[in-house]
Formats: sequence, structure tokens, C-alpha cells
Amino acid sequence: MTDLSLSDAAPRVHPRFDAGKLLDTAGAWLLALIWVAPLIFALWASLRPAGMALDFSQVSSLTLENYRAAWLAAPWLTYGANTLGLVTFTLIGQFILCTLAGYAFARFEFPGREALFVLVLLQLFILPEVLIVENYAMVSRLGLIDSITGMGLPYVASAFGIFLLRQAFKSVPVELEEAARVEGCSWLGVLWRVYVPAARPVYLAYALVSVATHWNNFLWPLIVTNNPDTRPLTVGLSLFGAPESGVNISIISAATLMVAAPLLVAFLIFQRQFIQAFLRAGIR
Amino acid sequence: MTLTSPMDTRPADPRPMDPIARQRRRMTAIYGWLLVMPALVLLTLFAFLPTITTLWASFHSRGTARRPSVFNGVENYADLLADPTFWTVIGNNVLYAAVTIPVSIALALLMALWADAKLPARGFVRSAYFTPTVLPMVAAANLWLFFYTPGIGVIDSFTSLFGLPSVNWLGQPQTALGAVMVVTIWKEAGFFMIFYLAALQTIPPDLREAAQVEGASRFTYLRRVLLPLLMPTTAFIFINALINSVKLIDHLFILTKGGPNNATKLALYWIWEMAFSYFDRVHAAAMTALVLLVLAVVAIVQFSVIDKRIHYR
Repeated sequence: MTDLSLSDAAPRVHPRFDAGKLLDTAGAWLLALIWVAPLIFALWASLRPAGMALDFSQVSSLTLENYRAAWLAAPWLTYGANTLGLVTFTLIGQFILCTLAGYAFARFEFPGREALFVLVLLQLFILPEVLIVENYAMVSRLGLIDSITGMGLPYVASAFGIFLLRQAFKSVPVELEEAARVEGCSWLGVLWRVYVPAARPVYLAYALVSVATHWNNFLWPLIVTNNPDTRPLTVGLSLFGAPESGVNISIISAATLMVAAPLLVAFLIFQRQFIQAFLRAGIR
Repeated sequence: MTLTSPMDTRPADPRPMDPIARQRRRMTAIYGWLLVMPALVLLTLFAFLPTITTLWASFHSRGTARRPSVFNGVENYADLLADPTFWTVIGNNVLYAAVTIPVSIALALLMALWADAKLPARGFVRSAYFTPTVLPMVAAANLWLFFYTPGIGVIDSFTSLFGLPSVNWLGQPQTALGAVMVVTIWKEAGFFMIFYLAALQTIPPDLREAAQVEGASRFTYLRRVLLPLLMPTTAFIFINALINSVKLIDHLFILTKGGPNNATKLALYWIWEMAFSYFDRVHAAAMTALVLLVLAVVAIVQFSVIDKRIHYR
């Protein structure tokens, strides 16, 4: 571009910019509407009497009957408790193991550290999902089939968590640790009093990502659970929605929304924190 | 990610060590190993050992009560290559990745640009894009099943208004994989948007003003300024999307179960099916080994090429 364009660019830019903005707004809204449409249709269907899922003529006849039917058709409370147990077990396990390992990788010198760290990072690519066959064999060898431990254990030593916490611990000034040591803190005392508090935002971000991931996890829990008493929500929902179960679309929609609701509501309330957490955890 | 740089910047002590210092150093090493041990044990149990046993099983025959399993070289792999399903699955997965990755990334960038612009109701637009991310894939599949169901589904109800015939989107091989891809893109694009959104915040606004002053069109600005600056983010998203195209198969269980006629069968679904429906562990192991090989190549490319050329902090 030459300098000449500068003079006549200024008056031209303004109106075109507005037209562009109008187009942008229309496009952004259209895409947003398309994006929420599946949820809106499901919500509508779930509130309609059987057989009228897509009938928009009589808006007045809305009903909660589908939710009642869906609620009574499966042990949702058990499923929900299992999901809660799974998420809690996994998160606590991840916090403990990744904190210890992250601390070691960040602040301890020991032979083989670099090689070990590369091994840990390898797990970012050797996905637990891909190893389902042999992991199933391992879990059954340990006698953990049909248990929350069996569902959560393969995810507890998370390479991602170790990596994140190592980065966080490395950014803590060594002087803080030395001061605590002078005051007579043990190794673990330093970890607990200095490093863990300093990395609190990272823990929060990691917790949100971990909870969202394991709340929604399906394949591995499907493989490890064989009976309704140990199934999490996602597995329960997949069995509930199966065509051979013969329930109608309004009831499936109601069940789907019930399962999605806890995270969805949490997301709408804590939207900003949620997005920030994903950002913090995702960017390396 | 800095794999090669030294992790501790404190210089080594040049003086010969006295016994106390040496003792302390040994203690540090022991503590270090102890701290890593719990994670190492679990990683061994659920990542390293299973990788080894997968390779082991893939080179052995399927054992029965009468005939124990024996080493049979690459026979399992040869069986896979001779199986037409294998080539269908590979073709499906390649096509699935080749469509969902670029489309998700392009949509994610578009969403990020819109979510970043000062448009009316920006909050609604942002949450609308991001919402599918927090849904379980199984729930997302249920929602879309409602769209695709022939006769009573949303799409059919809509097209019937114009007198168009009913289409069984998930039931015919020509459209089933496409229908599955739509669900994947819907679920993923908003997630990838977040990373672009973060990257856009770090780009100084003067660049845009400078481009406007220069009379550069928005397209030129996008192509010559934004896209190069967003390259690291794109690479990061690309790797994530690639991994997802291998591991994220939950929706297949709801939508198609790999059918019709294997038209939507992806690699991991096939592994699951071989292992847990047909109890054919050795061929599942061989297929798993091939997938691990692909992931290893991705890892090597990421660590050696992308991380070298694009500098993360």
C-alpha cells in the first residue's frame, strides 16, 4: 500500500466498517442460534406431551410429565452418586500424585530425572482411551472391575497434571522455600505451606478441567462397569437412550437434559471462571 | 514446552563436596524418587506395561483352552491388512480427521473473531459457542439423534414443510459419516475457540489500526497479520484435534454403532468391538499397536518440528 491511499482511505473506511459490523453481528448471531438449536429443540421436546415433540401449534400444553417418566425409568440417583464418586476420587488422586511428582520434577535433583520426565510426557500421547483392552486386563487382574477405583485409577497419574504443577512450582521463588526451611519446615512442610498455596489458581483450573472431563467420560466407564449399581451418568444415559429400550424422544430429551444440567448450570453461573480455567490449563 | 533445556538453573558447586553436603545430596535424590514413585507406579500399570503387553499380544496367536497362545510373528498384522474392514476403518478415520479438523479449526477462528469483536449481546454469543463443550459427548449425540431420526426428527420435520422426502441420515452409508462429523464439529469448535480467543487478546490493537490506515482490507489483515501471529495456537489446536479424532468415539455408540455397513466405524470403535464384542484380543492388540504408532509419529512431530519452529513461552 502506498501513502496515497492514506488520504482517501480515512473517509471511506467508516461507512464500510459499519456495514461490515452489521454483517458480523448477523453472522455471529446466526451461528450462535444454530449452535444452541439442538439444546433448544431438546428442551422444547422434553416439555411436550408424548407424540407432540415438534408440534408448535399449541404452546399452552407444556408438561413436566416426561421428566417424571424419565426420572422413574432409571436409577439416576445411583448413577449420579457414582459420577460424583468417580469425579471426586479421580480429582483427589490426581491432586496428591501430581503434586508430589510435580514437586520432585521442579525442585529435586536426582539421577534419571530428565529421562523420567520424558517418560511422563509420553503419556500425553499413549492415551488411556487407546489402551482400553490391556487396561481392562490390568484392572481385572487388580480385582477392580465394577468399582469407582477401577474407573478412576488409570487417570490418576495424569501427565498433564504433573506437567502443569511442575511449571507452577518452578515459578515459585526459591528464596521463599529457603526462608521456610530456615524456620525449620520439613520437605513436605515446605510443599504444603509454600508451594501448594502459591499454585492455588493452577489447582482450581486443573480441578475444573478434570471434573468436566471425568463427569463426561464414557468409554472407559462403559467397559469397566457391568451393573447398574456402579454405572456413572453417561453410561446410564447411553443405555437409557438406546433405541431397543423403546422410550420416546421426549423422554430421552428429558433424561439427556437432566444429565447435562449440573455442568450446564454450573457453566452458566461460573462462565467467566470456567473459560479462564480452560485457558489457563490449555495453554502451555 | 522446553524438553531439552536444563530444568534447574543453579550452577553446580565447583568445590569438592564435604561429607555433609554429599549426604544431603543423596537424601535429596532419595526424596525425589520417593515423591515420583506413586505417579510412576500408576503410569507403569496403566500406560507403560499395557503398551508392552499390547505389543506382546499383537505378535502372538489367540490362545484357547486347548492350544496356548504362541508367537506367530506378524500374522495378526497380516490378517488385519487382508481384512477389507481394516481399510474401510482407516479410510473412515482419515476422512473423518481430514474433514473435522480443518472445519472445526476454521469455525473456531471465526467464532473467536466474532466473540472478540464488540458486537451486541457478545456474552450470549460466547456462551452459545462454548456450551456444547460442557455437555457429555453421549448427551450431545442424543440431542443430534433427535435431529436425524427419520420421520419425526427435526430435519425431516423441517424438510417435509417443503415437500421434500424423508432422509435417513444415519441409516444410509452415503450420509452417515457426514452426519457423525457434524456432531463432532459442533462439539469441538467452541472448545478450540477458547484458545484462539486467548491468543487474540495478546495481539496489540495497534496492528489492526496500522493495517486500516494502510488501507488493507479485513481479509488482507486476517491473512497477512492475524494468521501468522496465531500459528502457534493453530498448531496446538491441530494436535489436540488430531488426538481427539482418534480417541473421541462416544457418539458412535449412540448414533450409529459403526454402521450402516461399517460406514462410520472409526479405529478405536473397531478396537473396542474386536475386544469386547468378538473377544478377539490379539487382533485388537495389533490394531491398538498401529494406532499407538500413529500417535508416536504425532508426538515426534510435535516435539521435534513444531516445538522447535514455534516458540511457546
